[in-house]
Amino acid sequence: MSNFLQLLFNGLGIGAIYALVSLGFVLLIRAASVVNFGQGEFSMLGAYLLVVLFNILHVPYLLSMLISIVVMAGFGLVFAFTTYWPLRFRGGLPVIISTIGASIFLENLVLVLYGPSVVPVDGLFEDDGFQIGEVFLSTQYLAIIVIATLLVLLQYLIFEKTLLGKKMQATSQDKEMASLLGIPVVVMILITFAYSSAMGGLAGMLVAPILFVSVNMAGIIALKAFAANIIGGYGSIPGAILGGLALGVVETMGASYISVPYKDAFAFAMLLLFLMVRPQGLFGEKISEKA
Amino acid sequence: MNTLSANPWRGLPATALAIAASIAVAFIAPESGYYLNILMQAATYAIGVVGLVVVLGYCGQISIAQAAFFGIGAYGVALGTVDHGLGFFAGALIGVVVAGVLGLILGLGSLRLGGHYLAMVSISFQTILTLVLTNWISFTHGPDGVRNIPRPRLFGFSLESGNSFLGLVLVATVLATFAVWRLKSSRLGRRMQAVRDNDLAAATCGIDVFGTKVVAFGISAVLGAVGGALFAGGFQYISPDQFSFAESIVLLTMALLGGVQSAFGALIGTVLLVLLPEWLRFLRQVYLAVYGAAVILIMVFLPDGLWGFVGPRLAALRRPEDPTARRVPPLPLLARTGTPSEDSVLRVEGLAKHFGGLKAVDGVDLSVRRGTVHALIGPNGSGKTTFINVVTGLYKPTGGRITFQGTDITATSPHQRNRRGLARTYQNIRVFRGMTVLENVMIGAERPGNDVARDPDAVLQRALAALDFVDMRADANRMVGELSYGHQRYVEIARALAGSPETLLLDEPAAGLNTTEKVELGQLLRRLKGHGLTILIVDHDMNLVEAVADHITVLNFGRRIADGSPRDVLSHPDVIAAYLGEPRHEAA
Repeated sequence: MSNFLQLLFNGLGIGAIYALVSLGFVLLIRAASVVNFGQGEFSMLGAYLLVVLFNILHVPYLLSMLISIVVMAGFGLVFAFTTYWPLRFRGGLPVIISTIGASIFLENLVLVLYGPSVVPVDGLFEDDGFQIGEVFLSTQYLAIIVIATLLVLLQYLIFEKTLLGKKMQATSQDKEMASLLGIPVVVMILITFAYSSAMGGLAGMLVAPILFVSVNMAGIIALKAFAANIIGGYGSIPGAILGGLALGVVETMGASYISVPYKDAFAFAMLLLFLMVRPQGLFGEKISEKA
Repeated sequence: MNTLSANPWRGLPATALAIAASIAVAFIAPESGYYLNILMQAATYAIGVVGLVVVLGYCGQISIAQAAFFGIGAYGVALGTVDHGLGFFAGALIGVVVAGVLGLILGLGSLRLGGHYLAMVSISFQTILTLVLTNWISFTHGPDGVRNIPRPRLFGFSLESGNSFLGLVLVATVLATFAVWRLKSSRLGRRMQAVRDNDLAAATCGIDVFGTKVVAFGISAVLGAVGGALFAGGFQYISPDQFSFAESIVLLTMALLGGVQSAFGALIGTVLLVLLPEWLRFLRQVYLAVYGAAVILIMVFLPDGLWGFVGPRLAALRRPEDPTARRVPPLPLLARTGTPSEDSVLRVEGLAKHFGGLKAVDGVDLSVRRGTVHALIGPNGSGKTTFINVVTGLYKPTGGRITFQGTDITATSPHQRNRRGLARTYQNIRVFRGMTVLENVMIGAERPGNDVARDPDAVLQRALAALDFVDMRADANRMVGELSYGHQRYVEIARALAGSPETLLLDEPAAGLNTTEKVELGQLLRRLKGHGLTILIVDHDMNLVEAVADHITVLNFGRRIADGSPRDVLSHPDVIAAYLGEPRHEAA
């Protein structure tokens, strides 16, 4: 039982990361109908920024994180202008492929600049964690869970309680109508890119002390965030969060109880299962089209 | 491309020439070494990439697992020959069959849903396959890969040496390219493109959208595995990292760079991306970053790939057949002597469609008599289009029954209804934009259940006759997207007519037309009526409706408020109230 609780805790921790990345992914789908295959690179870049600022330039940890978040928000705009903007009227497929191109570009750019080595990073806290009964609570996992919860709450408040949030929702639901109502749709989409990139970067920084920083961290995080998104229900915000958490728990348990080498396979097996049995995901997607 | 001839020998001479050239190359090529490897890689990859042309280019479905299918073919050969004592071709066959079956299973599971689902499923499949290849060491040899894969004998010739095996590979590449090129202008290929361009319209043209996508994905998986099997023989050593997610992306980029609409484009893209790393070697590590940036630039500046740039210029050099030259018999539909009769072709009883609390259609009865023009009118939001969508099967009804020619069709799919002879047009025109006018109409003529559907020459004749009928023959070879709105509507009507439907449903055909076009449309409808086709027309334009309708049904708020001859209906007080507004009552 103690083992189970330990795995549950760790699973929720890693699941919270998937949830954060998945959330960034969902916001872009909703605001701009962009399926961003470069979402994982946001996390990787965030983690490398932390390495550069903290490990190399010795900027204080929290300040490093803050600067990275701001830089990542700016990067989200650059990403939007290069990858999305020129193709925005050409439908989903060209943009998907362009984000794939961006992801190849970014991974290899970092590879050139930083090399293939895996870089360890300190956690947020001096203490690694503490023991409660037989369960070891890692401070980094705790921090991840707390920060993810706060972000989700914050996002909820922004979306539901502020005018900005309402405008963003309107944009995601019907761009043409929103623009007729005087909502600057372009600005809303750009804000979404910046936010999505910043949140992805933050997720990368939070997970960096656990997975360590490498070029390859991007791909696997992004793929699992996508999977979380489908499991939760394509384009659904609560779905992204629950899907991410469920995925983290399933793969942590699967790795421990069934097979370590196939750890990554559990996420995708779960995804395939969902697609076959309940393709609309936990929270459902509207699939019909008006004739 | 010469779309007007249904010549069964088309392309064969060029293919024979290419095969001869392949064999010649095999004789001149070195027995091993750098250049042989480059050729071998380009030729085997090309087979996988033309597979992507089928699923992505023709059918518009994103597969990101082509390297996985490629790998299954390669491992079929490698494990079959090295571990299990099978011959090369037996191993290859097993690999190809496994890939095809897995492709069908994945397709059946994901293609019923929207486009991004196949992308997700194929990524998952790709990731799991790589994990299995790496970790199931007792079966796959794990990360070390499989060495010393033998090459086969064929017709008594040994293909042991590198250059003779290259001959086999090149011939296979030529054949795959030829097959995929011919597929594009075949009935199946047109269906795939129709599904890609507009899946709803494809369904109401009698095309089984889901089945077509699954077949496209299956063909693509099989071609991937064929390429992989030859790859294993070519390099005689394989390992899991050669078939990873990254390689799937490379194959995808090759297809897009060359031009995913065309098998030749795929060839160009493959050769270029096999050579590009060699040319860019001076860039060393930067190479892949440049490559990623190149993908974005290609998407921005060459939306249809290199072939999209080269192909039309090559085609312009050839003189296309003049579509106006061919004499065709008039549309057979018009020979049918339809006399208005009392038996009803289409009968709708108590039809209801509710969206949550909104009762868009609420218990409507309607009966369309054979050989008549029946109009369905009503104010905006009265449920007319919803009614048509339920009758053609795009929406599932909440209640009620639909009978067509005496058969209950309430539970059937849109393409099954079309196969019984129920054709329609759309209020917001739905044509297949990536295809020519003639190809659009041919899809109509190829409607399963149509008398000419299986005879390519007759299909062509019928399509031209339908274009004659709407006076659009001169535009036969133009891309339908180039036409004006009104002419696109004619193409849509011609597409429906070419299928010789029993009943034609026209959903607001006058919407968006200018006055002249409306007059022309009225004349067209009167001609159709004169030939006795049964028509159900939805429209706002009272002049049009009055001029052609034998019978009018009026809807308001999802309910039928009047039904009868035009004169009776149009003077009915409820109808006048619905259109002009009611005098205000004090009642609540």
